[in-house]
Amino acid sequence: MNNYQQNGDDFFLYVLNQNEHIKTTCSEFDSSEYEVRRRYQDFLWLKSRLEENYPTLIIHPLPEKFVMKSMVERFNDDFIETRRKALHRFLNRITEHPILSCSHHFKVFLTEEELAPHRKLGPGFLSRMSETMRAMANSVRGLRSKLEEFAVMQAYVDDFSNKMCSVDKVTHRIIKEHREYMDELKQYGPTYFQWAESEELLAEPLKGVGSCVERCSKETEEQIQHLSEVLVPTLHEYVLCADTLKAVMRRRDNIQAEFEAKNEALASRTTDKEMEVDDLADRVEQANNALRGDWSRWRTSMRADLKSAFISTAAKNVDYYEKVSLTYCPSSLYAVCLQTSRTLASWFFRAAVLPHRC
Amino acid sequence: RMAEDVKEESVTSNDESDLAASDGSLNNTMLTEGSCLLRRMEISVAEAEKRSGKNAVSIQETYTVYLVETRPMDAIAEGHNPPPDSLWRRYSEFELLRNYLIVTYPYIVVPPLPEKRAEFVWHKLSADNMDPDFVERRRIGLENFLLRVASHPVLSNNEMLYHFLTKEHGWKEMVYETGFQAKADSRLRALSATFRVRSPHKRLVEMKHYSDGLQSHTSQLLRARTRVADRLYAVYKVHGNYGRVFSEWSAIEKEMGDGLQSAGHHMDAYAASVDDILEEEEHYADQLKEYLSYAEAVRAVCRKHELSQFELEMASQDLISKKQQREELATGIVRTFSLKGMTNKLFGQEAPEQRDAKLNLLEELIAEGEETVKEKTAECDEHAEKAWADIVRFKDQKDKDLQEALINYALMQISMCKKGIQVWSNAKECFLKM
Repeated sequence: MNNYQQNGDDFFLYVLNQNEHIKTTCSEFDSSEYEVRRRYQDFLWLKSRLEENYPTLIIHPLPEKFVMKSMVERFNDDFIETRRKALHRFLNRITEHPILSCSHHFKVFLTEEELAPHRKLGPGFLSRMSETMRAMANSVRGLRSKLEEFAVMQAYVDDFSNKMCSVDKVTHRIIKEHREYMDELKQYGPTYFQWAESEELLAEPLKGVGSCVERCSKETEEQIQHLSEVLVPTLHEYVLCADTLKAVMRRRDNIQAEFEAKNEALASRTTDKEMEVDDLADRVEQANNALRGDWSRWRTSMRADLKSAFISTAAKNVDYYEKVSLTYCPSSLYAVCLQTSRTLASWFFRAAVLPHRC
Repeated sequence: RMAEDVKEESVTSNDESDLAASDGSLNNTMLTEGSCLLRRMEISVAEAEKRSGKNAVSIQETYTVYLVETRPMDAIAEGHNPPPDSLWRRYSEFELLRNYLIVTYPYIVVPPLPEKRAEFVWHKLSADNMDPDFVERRRIGLENFLLRVASHPVLSNNEMLYHFLTKEHGWKEMVYETGFQAKADSRLRALSATFRVRSPHKRLVEMKHYSDGLQSHTSQLLRARTRVADRLYAVYKVHGNYGRVFSEWSAIEKEMGDGLQSAGHHMDAYAASVDDILEEEEHYADQLKEYLSYAEAVRAVCRKHELSQFELEMASQDLISKKQQREELATGIVRTFSLKGMTNKLFGQEAPEQRDAKLNLLEELIAEGEETVKEKTAECDEHAEKAWADIVRFKDQKDKDLQEALINYALMQISMCKKGIQVWSNAKECFLKM
């Protein structure tokens, strides 16, 4: 997905460009070019279709429909770009998924000019309502016996959700503090330049330090930008992932609950629909296996994503300190040392200039 | 040995005026012209201690005393290692010494003391005078003050300075006996009044404006730096939260656990490192504060010259008007409109005997006035010359000191960056192991 167009105030259309580069694990696609326009709502449609068809697969989250103003920098350009990137990741994850990429709805989404006719073919509002009601009823009932592995999974999901929220909060706090630091640096730098105006010999070193402070403020700005573009979106997606996982666990539980309900009914002879019970039993089996398979897949990509984001952040911080360090040993400060005293100059050279090969 | 000989002399001689010249400098033949105290005596403020005692109004108070140590330089040069002579001084005694020097040498830029109260404090730094870090920085500042005074070509010869360093008891009384307090009070009163000088000394006026600028620039810089320090502290400390969260998170992960845990430790180390960084930066702030106070001292010298100039102009004006009066009396011609002229016209002039008596008195006053003007002119010129010489010396010292301070600041920043590179490189290694 390459770009977007604005069409009126509320609707942003996303232009999906595909060419032969995109591969899927299914060979259902022919390698021709498609360009379609999709609205955010269309993505929502795709997601709910996928969830319906594959209730216990872990689908990468969509960016939220509405985002709190306080979390988003400049509402328009940055927000749209951030959302576009998130939507891009959403589609890519589906493309990479061995099962989801074969979804009929996915193909429709990518290739059909008009999505509207297909949207009407889905299950109606009422049937969705009844499913929700059944799910609620089942959750009130509780499960007979939950397999140990899913209990462990549930516990992990709850903890993971808490931790992701915490890391996300801390990261936002760090950005806030960086920003306030940068703002103060912007006030601090000019005091050196103002002073330099009334000095003679001191003017050069004062201006030197003043421009170092200015540079430091610019580097901090870049640091903030990097955090906002790399770590924040990744953490945010995994906060949303945690919710996805909770939903997946719930759906799996519901499938099991449904089976158990019917099974019980059979046992107490209130029904004689054995076949239905068998179907439900199969469904439970399928759901569990799907989840198991996807679970390790998800764990692997979670680890890769977060690891990469943290490594990138650490690398950027190293880069920040290297740049600031280099800024503070410009040749002008060294020249000033030479004026003051040879010993001071040689000390400065050894301590500051040499290590950075200034 | 030289210092000890001087001490012995001062102990055996009853009349200490033998040693003192009229301007308060030591007359001892052992002190050669142009050499300063610091070359003959090693001075340091070695320690600080808390004391409790009753003050002048019998109220119990806690205060800090500082140990002033001195050792004769020649003994050290010869390879001996004599134990230092020492005595304890309070901050208020340093203040007394400084005030004495300011009054005694009005044309000298007297080095400032470290601040009385902590200013430009970023929020974690203590503003408490008893706080050990504050006391330590003050100790360094007091030592710096003594070293500057003892290496000054004029101030280092002062007798009261020498006794400050060597005579623990009775020093304060000695200083008060010089009567400097009265001079100080009258000067203060005169200076606080507004007066306009007709022909100001151009260079000294420029210097006054420069010192105003120096004061405002350094205080703006210090204020901004304080806010930056506050923010930097917050940035580092908030990373400590990563340490906590990573540690908790690592408990629920298998493959990622170790990497997260050790990364968390590095985040804790990063958060802790800011305390030392900012403590070091306080020394930079102290250097700037010294010159903030120096600016005030320069301004004072310029103002005192203005006062001298004003007093000279007043005396000249007085002389002129007295001469005018004499002329009027002698010739009977009243040049300018005056009440005397009017009353003369209205009521007739006075008797010749009275007039002669008045004339004689006037002649005496005029002679006195001319002496005064001559003295004040010489004083004013001498003041200006000496003040300018010391200001030139001050400017050179300021340029050198502040250049060094700025370079040290840059080195501090580089060192802070090195630590940052270390921590984040380590963290990156841990993340790689995730």
